[in-house]
Amino acid sequence: METNKLLNEPLCGLIEEKPIFSDFFTSFNIDTRNEQKSFLELMDTLPFDYWEENGISHHEMIEMFVDYVKGMSSADEIVKIESLEILAGVDKNGKSELCNLFLQPSEITCIVGPTGAGKSRLLADIEWLANADTPTKRKVLINGKLSDEDTVNQFGGKLIAQITQNMNFVLDMDVHSFLMLHAQSRFLENAGQKVDEVIELANELSGECFDPQTPVTFLSGGQSRALMIADVACIGQAPIVLIDEIENAGVDKKKALQLLVNKDKIVLMATHDPLLILLADRRVIIKNGGMNKIVTTNEKEKAFYLKLEQLDNTMQAARNFLRLGNELTTTNELI
Amino acid sequence: MIKLITIAGPPSSGKTSVIIKMIESIPELKASCGVIKFDCLSSLDEEQYTKNGITAKTGLAGNLCPDHYFISNIEECFQWAILNKFTILITESAGLCNRCAPHLKDVTAVCVLDNLSGINTPVKTGPMLKLADIVVVTKSDLVSQAEREVFRFKIQQVNPRCTVLFINGITGQGADKIASRALKSRTIDSTNNLKLRFSMPAALCSYCLGETRVGEDFQVGLNRKIKL
Repeated sequence: METNKLLNEPLCGLIEEKPIFSDFFTSFNIDTRNEQKSFLELMDTLPFDYWEENGISHHEMIEMFVDYVKGMSSADEIVKIESLEILAGVDKNGKSELCNLFLQPSEITCIVGPTGAGKSRLLADIEWLANADTPTKRKVLINGKLSDEDTVNQFGGKLIAQITQNMNFVLDMDVHSFLMLHAQSRFLENAGQKVDEVIELANELSGECFDPQTPVTFLSGGQSRALMIADVACIGQAPIVLIDEIENAGVDKKKALQLLVNKDKIVLMATHDPLLILLADRRVIIKNGGMNKIVTTNEKEKAFYLKLEQLDNTMQAARNFLRLGNELTTTNELI
Repeated sequence: MIKLITIAGPPSSGKTSVIIKMIESIPELKASCGVIKFDCLSSLDEEQYTKNGITAKTGLAGNLCPDHYFISNIEECFQWAILNKFTILITESAGLCNRCAPHLKDVTAVCVLDNLSGINTPVKTGPMLKLADIVVVTKSDLVSQAEREVFRFKIQQVNPRCTVLFINGITGQGADKIASRALKSRTIDSTNNLKLRFSMPAALCSYCLGETRVGEDFQVGLNRKIKL
């Protein structure tokens, strides 16, 4: 929106057009609901006391508002990432890492290695587009280019969405209002439609349906995880999604991964679950803080995955069988 | 020549943990950095710093306004840092009434907020957040990605110019980012020309002087009545 229009349009109209702007005025104790004056006109009517109390000058306030609107519209820009490459640095002992890691949308990569191997460090390097300025000396190329200060400011801290086992919803809001808030903060045009889509997908992923009016804090573990995944896929801003040690929390993991892949996300998974490791396109092995090896899931492994899946299904069937009060009469009736 | 950094944030938002993790993330920082904690009545944080091998002192404001106490002692703190040959001085203070902010012009200003504290916290926090250069969000590993994104958005609505950093005060994840920002701060050689970013309130009424009785007869000085 051009600055001139912004400063001279009646505030009530401006807010009607962009409801999200009202937060700026609320934080400065200005009531915009029926304000016919424009921003500039209103500034002129504010008494001396007002400026003193808020510790800001007329000029600073205008600057702040223009900055604010600029900041808001840059949040709107779509982060388009074609590829991300992590160039080898050094491990915890200062020895060179043995491989680079290349990531692109719609691919699933597992990060494997013992706890404390340096998984978080790898993520932090990606998150802030390292340029030989972190302990690992790794360099991260975004769309084939090294990042400069501008790209770091644009993407920094917004590249990776995380979903882990110990995350919970803490807001006192119902599912629908919460998703609307998230969608509006992303300036999505068809917010309502997106929100409905997320709820439908989440219900599909978790199997136990919930109502849009359910408070987010009331959701079960499986429902929460499903909602988080659907939200990250459809509303979230981050082009990379990290799924960290998600156990069997009543979410159809295969479907969830498919959903993220369909939405052109780069999927990273930190897991010890062999089923998930083999479901990925490849895995990077972390040893002593360094990227040690990249293994592409081969045909044999894909075939073995099907066997593991059968075993997993047997486990699931046995679980359901036993918890429903059934008794086994032979040793192989579930296999 | 000292780099001064003011860190403020609501009580229990994780300021001390963030400072400790930040200092620990760069090995050479420990020996060259001093911390001064400003608090009201009591503080156990000095002990926590010492336990981690960090030189720290506490200033208790007692019955004075903690922000006024802070600003009238910053010079002494600076001298203390010079005496100890520190190159970095960090001040930590809890913004108790959210009215003031310890942030100084041309001095790196940090505000620490807790992601669990509710979606409207950024709007309610006032100049401590509005005028900060860096806003650190803690405890965000416990909430959903969506809540993190909305929280960041709410912060940027109030302070469009700041850098928002998500830091885990327990594992230290992200702390090196603020440490590298801290090292890039401008150095100053005295406190002579420092100025507050935001003026402190004109609170001069009988209650500031120890009045405890309720009633119009006892209200002397600058008072204001609620509009109902």
